[in-house]
Amino acid sequence: MVVGGGIAGIQASLDMANSGYLVYLVEEKPAIGGVMAQLDKTFPTNDCAMCVISPKLVEAGRHLNIELLTMTEVSAVSGEAGNFRVDLLRHPRYVDPEKCTSCAECETVCPIERPNAFDQGLRNRKAAYKLYPQGMPPAYAIEKQGTAPCKATCPAHVSVQGYIALINQGKYREAVELFREAHPFPGVCGRVCHHPCESRCTRGDYDEPLAIRELHRFLADWETETGERILPTIAEEKRAEKIAVIGSGPAGLSAAYFLAQKGYQATIFEKLPVAGGMMAVGIPEYRLPRDMLEREIEIIQAMGVEIQTGVTFGKDITFDSLKADGYAAVFMGVGLHAGRKLGIDNEDAAGVLQGVDFLRDTALGKDVPVGDNVLVIGGGNVAVDVALTAKRKGAENVTMVCLEKRGEMPAWEHEIEEALEGDIKIVNSYGPKSFFIDPDTKKFSGIEFKTCTAVFDEQGRFSPAFDENACEAIFGDTVIIAIGQAADTADIEKQNVPITARGGLEADPITLQTPMEWVFAGGDAFYGPKSVVDAVASGKEAAESIHRYINGMDLKDGREKEWHFEKPVITDEPHKKRTPLRCLDPKARECNFLEVSFGYNEDEAKAEADRCLECGICSECYQCVKACLAGAVNHETTPETLSVNVGGIILAPGFEPFDPSAFDAYAYASHPDVVTSIEFERILSASGPFQGHLVRPSDHREPEKIAWIQCVGSRDINRCDHSYCSSVCCMYASKQAIIAKEHSANDLDTAIFYMDMRTFGKEFERYLNRAEHENGVRYIRSRVHTIEHDESGGLLMRYATESGGMLEESFDMVVLSVGLSPSASVSELAGRLGVALNRHRFARTKDLSPVSTSRSGIYACGAFQEPKDIPMSVMEASAAAALATGELASVRNSLARVKQLPPELDVSGDMPRIGVFVCNCGINIGGIADVPAIRDYAATLPYVVHVEDNLFTCSQDTQDKMKEIITEKAINRVVVASCSPRTHEPLFQETIREAGLNPYLFEMANIRDQNTWVHMNDPEAATQKAKSLVRMAIAKAMFIEPLHQVEMAVRNAALVVGGGVAGMEAAIGLAEQGFPVHLVEKEDHLGGAALKLNTTWQGEPVGPYVRNLAEHVKSHPNVHVYTGSHVVESSGAIGHFTTTVLTADDAGRPASRTISHGVTILATGAEEFKPTEYLRGEHPDVLTHLELDGAMRENDPRIDEAASVVFIQCVGSRNEERPYCSKICCTHSLKSALALKESDPDRQVFILYRDMRAYGFREDLYRAARQADVIFIRFTPENPPVAASAEDGKIMVSIRDHVLDVGLEIRADMLVLAAAVAARENRELFEAFKVPVNEDGFLVEAHAKLRPVDFASEGIFLAGLAHYPKPIEETIAQARAAVSRAVTILSKDYILVGGVVAELKDPSRCACCLICVRSCPYGVPYVADGRAHINPAACHGCGVCAAECPAKVITLNHFTDEQIIAKEGALFAGDKAGTSLQCA
Amino acid sequence: MPATRPEHHFSVHSGGNMKEDFEPEILAFCCKYCAYAAADLAGSMRLSYPPAVKVIQLPCTGRVDMINLLKAFEDGADGVYVAGCLEGECHFIKGNLRAKKRVAAVKDILASIGLEPGRLQMYNLSSAMGPRFTEIAREMTETIRAFGPSPIKGKLNACGRVVDPAVRPETLTT
Repeated sequence: MVVGGGIAGIQASLDMANSGYLVYLVEEKPAIGGVMAQLDKTFPTNDCAMCVISPKLVEAGRHLNIELLTMTEVSAVSGEAGNFRVDLLRHPRYVDPEKCTSCAECETVCPIERPNAFDQGLRNRKAAYKLYPQGMPPAYAIEKQGTAPCKATCPAHVSVQGYIALINQGKYREAVELFREAHPFPGVCGRVCHHPCESRCTRGDYDEPLAIRELHRFLADWETETGERILPTIAEEKRAEKIAVIGSGPAGLSAAYFLAQKGYQATIFEKLPVAGGMMAVGIPEYRLPRDMLEREIEIIQAMGVEIQTGVTFGKDITFDSLKADGYAAVFMGVGLHAGRKLGIDNEDAAGVLQGVDFLRDTALGKDVPVGDNVLVIGGGNVAVDVALTAKRKGAENVTMVCLEKRGEMPAWEHEIEEALEGDIKIVNSYGPKSFFIDPDTKKFSGIEFKTCTAVFDEQGRFSPAFDENACEAIFGDTVIIAIGQAADTADIEKQNVPITARGGLEADPITLQTPMEWVFAGGDAFYGPKSVVDAVASGKEAAESIHRYINGMDLKDGREKEWHFEKPVITDEPHKKRTPLRCLDPKARECNFLEVSFGYNEDEAKAEADRCLECGICSECYQCVKACLAGAVNHETTPETLSVNVGGIILAPGFEPFDPSAFDAYAYASHPDVVTSIEFERILSASGPFQGHLVRPSDHREPEKIAWIQCVGSRDINRCDHSYCSSVCCMYASKQAIIAKEHSANDLDTAIFYMDMRTFGKEFERYLNRAEHENGVRYIRSRVHTIEHDESGGLLMRYATESGGMLEESFDMVVLSVGLSPSASVSELAGRLGVALNRHRFARTKDLSPVSTSRSGIYACGAFQEPKDIPMSVMEASAAAALATGELASVRNSLARVKQLPPELDVSGDMPRIGVFVCNCGINIGGIADVPAIRDYAATLPYVVHVEDNLFTCSQDTQDKMKEIITEKAINRVVVASCSPRTHEPLFQETIREAGLNPYLFEMANIRDQNTWVHMNDPEAATQKAKSLVRMAIAKAMFIEPLHQVEMAVRNAALVVGGGVAGMEAAIGLAEQGFPVHLVEKEDHLGGAALKLNTTWQGEPVGPYVRNLAEHVKSHPNVHVYTGSHVVESSGAIGHFTTTVLTADDAGRPASRTISHGVTILATGAEEFKPTEYLRGEHPDVLTHLELDGAMRENDPRIDEAASVVFIQCVGSRNEERPYCSKICCTHSLKSALALKESDPDRQVFILYRDMRAYGFREDLYRAARQADVIFIRFTPENPPVAASAEDGKIMVSIRDHVLDVGLEIRADMLVLAAAVAARENRELFEAFKVPVNEDGFLVEAHAKLRPVDFASEGIFLAGLAHYPKPIEETIAQARAAVSRAVTILSKDYILVGGVVAELKDPSRCACCLICVRSCPYGVPYVADGRAHINPAACHGCGVCAAECPAKVITLNHFTDEQIIAKEGALFAGDKAGTSLQCA
Repeated sequence: MPATRPEHHFSVHSGGNMKEDFEPEILAFCCKYCAYAAADLAGSMRLSYPPAVKVIQLPCTGRVDMINLLKAFEDGADGVYVAGCLEGECHFIKGNLRAKKRVAAVKDILASIGLEPGRLQMYNLSSAMGPRFTEIAREMTETIRAFGPSPIKGKLNACGRVVDPAVRPETLTT
């Protein structure tokens, strides 16, 4: 298993998958690619990062033996090396990558914008997004953060954020549709809902909650205005089952509504003459106009629900009659239509009314006279409704009297406010004691109240206490009692409906099933008086239960869903006030039932919707579900846990760029034009936020001056705890400066503010020199003090120079060269896995086992181990792969998947029979170009025997169909007109191969990416162009031939040249994987340069390691060591090389030996430069590094005696002769200086340097040396130190101090020269292997970034100092990487050669002109036997030779002249092509 | 057989204001690793460019033979361009430099037969340069529009010869 899908993880996965192992590649993000995919260019070649990485992405993404687990994290690892069990947590993607075609329709309709993290937030993306266009897997993902609080809180779980997002987009119809999916009453609830959602609204914590209710009321009002009825989706499949619903209140209506959605026939039986239950007869009309209610009920009827009013259950219908009528289930939603009584005398006197009766009678239009003075008993919402209704009915004075204090009243505050507005008097803390009855009329005339001292007992239960002595009388004409509701169970009890002790319906709280299994109950009659939305939720659940009951499903399974929500942290969001609601003036409300609230108009609704904070990120508006014709979107996906067994684990989780927000002095957080380097990469990127136009973020103007500040978040223990050097920033800043200059039309001024320029890698120093001297990048050695806004909108930088002076300069833009940080999540991962971290929170490794972590069987590579560049990461990735698979060598190929294929049909010589498959790609092609026309046109072209068009040609069912058609119609050439061959050609080739066709009998027309996506606004042109492209593809298809790759046996032995650490590590690595190794060393012993080293930089002793390694190599049965031997000749290609070695026979006589091998590893080392400057050779106490190491090893007395030692850096490096940095010398000097100080702290040690290149964690050595009072003095190449012999035999070193600017003379007992690492003279050897060297004599790898141990010629690899100066840990890693790369070949019994390669079709016409030999970039062709030869195993298939061959003898298969010309001809023939071809 | 041959095919010899009405046919040879990928990226980014440009994908621009370039003009191309990786970044090391030389040589030939050498161009771009691909397509279309239709068009393929099926007579029975 590989954890982390950056370039290191990808490389490790590919190496292992190509060596016969099954690999799980685990990545947290939705796509692999890591940080490299974000980069614009890579140093030092300025290659486009995407160009380089994307073939790797595709290879890893499509590899049969790599299982990509994206959006997945490792939860735990148990077991041990060789047998780990890994528990994984896979987060939902909500898009099925198998079905997703990357068409972007989901993205187009998605209403939610998010900062695009891939572009560092410099632009937005949608919540439905693809990480980046080239991402693998090539599928979209949807970003969610739980469920939005509003949706989670809403009892009906309406996608509140969803319809708000759609309102923001002006998509009102879609918003209504979305609402109706979850709730039948946007208009009713838009008026009467108690909106629990608003109480959870995150905006409410910040300023005021959104007016959620008013927003859906707006939608309902909008719908009313359009005059349309927007129905929810109804299941296409109609159900025969009939369901009876008793009661037409919101619960009953909802049950019927959701049953109708599922296709059932629902009939509602209502006792009252009107439908709607309490919505019709409980809620006063001034709050809920009857026409709105009727409209929403009509919609339910329009869905097929029948409503029969005036039907009483228990009288007109019974369970028996329903059963007899064929009803399969019953829902009881009878409501609470009876009032609760006070329980005092005379309650049935005239003038005493029940609130629910009063409201119902009023609603039904009955005349209910109330007189002038009305008393209302109760403090709840119904009491308020009663009071306000009584007022509207003409009562002069209405007084509400309740037990509760003002703050305890059960009515909602806004209702109480409305009551007060309506001139209702509220009297608190009184309970009725007795009624006054007019003795004459026997009518009610008033009440004596007693004082209520407490409503609730200590436990909070309702248990009022009274003071009977404190009484008060209130007189009136009518009293209306509104203290609660009860079910009217008189009729239903006769039907034996189970009733609870409290008088409600009895049912299961989750399933709502009553003890009578076909009867379900819900609504107020079940759970007591609640709001409309609760009734809706209840009806919805009942519908689900009834559906399950009818279909014999488990009623409870998965029903107890808990709705979690997470509130986002809101910080810099502007405050926005809630949009006020316009209402009828209180005066205008008198004596009428006009609606009080006006609702929002469109502008108000939009203003309010704009306040939404999008808590759930994805709003669950489900527009993507509708838009995705491939059916790939599924919002119901849940996190998944899985476990896999693996033999080894490689951790490559990478780093995160340092966040400089906390550095106030650099103004990053406060100024948009101060950007991080990774942001700048995106700015430069052609696919970035500005499409590669170099502009500054604040005003999108082209900057004229840009500054880079180095070491932000690196080498810094004052402001952050990152004491290490991030290793890559000096180079990337130089690269960015150069690329920025290239992007700029004007003469861009670039300045890099730095401490030390650390350009220690291969070709880096030359790059730096070019940047400074050719590109004119200014390098300013300084410490930046502050960045401030200047008056002209620019950035004023104040910085200290080396000599201490303060200077100022203004720039248009500042780039912070941020360091590489270990991320917190990676630290946690390491903790979970038991992998030790070092003090910088990177993986702890040892120099002599560079990729092994503290836990056996778990390896680390890439920036997780130490900040490093891409080639180092890739190298370590291969090294980790070698180690992880090394332990599993015995089970190689046991799990790796191999595809079984049918035998290939022989179609050679057959007439072309072409099948053309045109793809609609959902609507991506078909929505623009006329696909049927293209298909029909294809049918007219010659040799076409089958045409068809498909919704998705890449879908599994179409693939299966394609195979059938190929067989059925004997098709022998297949043309697919769809997307890009770059992504889909391998898939279709696989399909036709499965049908028995050679995979090359395939041609593709790119009518999506290069046609309908670019000509969206010109369908006619897109259709015409598609026809041209199809015609061209068919023309080529006529001429394509099967290509057969032939199996070529692999010689499973390896040749390793060089017996130093690199060669020995490579040899032992391969030997332990079971391969025979021939190790050739020119010296008479093994060990190489490492024999002269004392310790690694971390202090690990090198000597014992090298000696053990040499013994191990010599004694290993798989290794044949040839010491004192030379390679004289080598020939062959990957898999089958033959090399002649001049060696000695057993008797010591010279002998020639021929070795057959499948791979070659060159590890020929380098040597220490022998300086002649600084008195070396003249003065005995002038030593080189290796000589100093030797002297220390041998306890040379001069060392003990030396009171003063001077080191001079860069001796023989970074000069004209060797314009490269030797990389290891600064570390070596620091290490030696510390050792000298340790043995004698009073000894004076000086290091004279140009830049201290203590990269990575070696910075710790630099700091320790400074703390140990090692004195560092910088010099410039123009002004180098001078060494002279003093009269007393000491050495006088003169130098000009860079800080004090004064000349210094140092009397030294010993002078140590940090001599360069120089390439060995190995010209003949390298020529024998035909491998290139650079100007400095070091070997040139195949690609500076991604193939650091390969040569361009396949099958040959390199490692160690022959490649470039490097420390021992890197050499070991590179050698192991070479092992991994070699095993990808050696592990195979044969390799396939041929395919798209160059071939001499008619060798007899070859003129031996050598043009092919000279033109081939890989040196493949050679001339022998009177003709040229091209080894198909070595050919890379570029076709240069074919194009150059004057006799046209060479052909590039699959891209022949004939085929290309056929395509050209077809293009320019226009529509005549068919005719012309047929008539010929 | 659909008879929807576009008007412009008949406007070759009409003269007058034909340059403005003229819809050129341009062929682009794109290498698989950079230019073709850039063209796909332009699509992903929904950038638009004139439909005049049709792409033939090749493994490397190093494969583009002079004969392919000349043949395109012979068959009626108004313009042709070769688009490879950035110089120094060729996936096959230096195929794009070879292509550059051949393009230069064919330009000379075009000039020598009186055809504007500007009808043929060499471009270099990386796979991340989707926007640049559209720029090139526009630039090329504008250039060719300004030149007008290729005077060769319609002369050499008067008999409607497009591809000569006689090349594979052994399999053709018509």
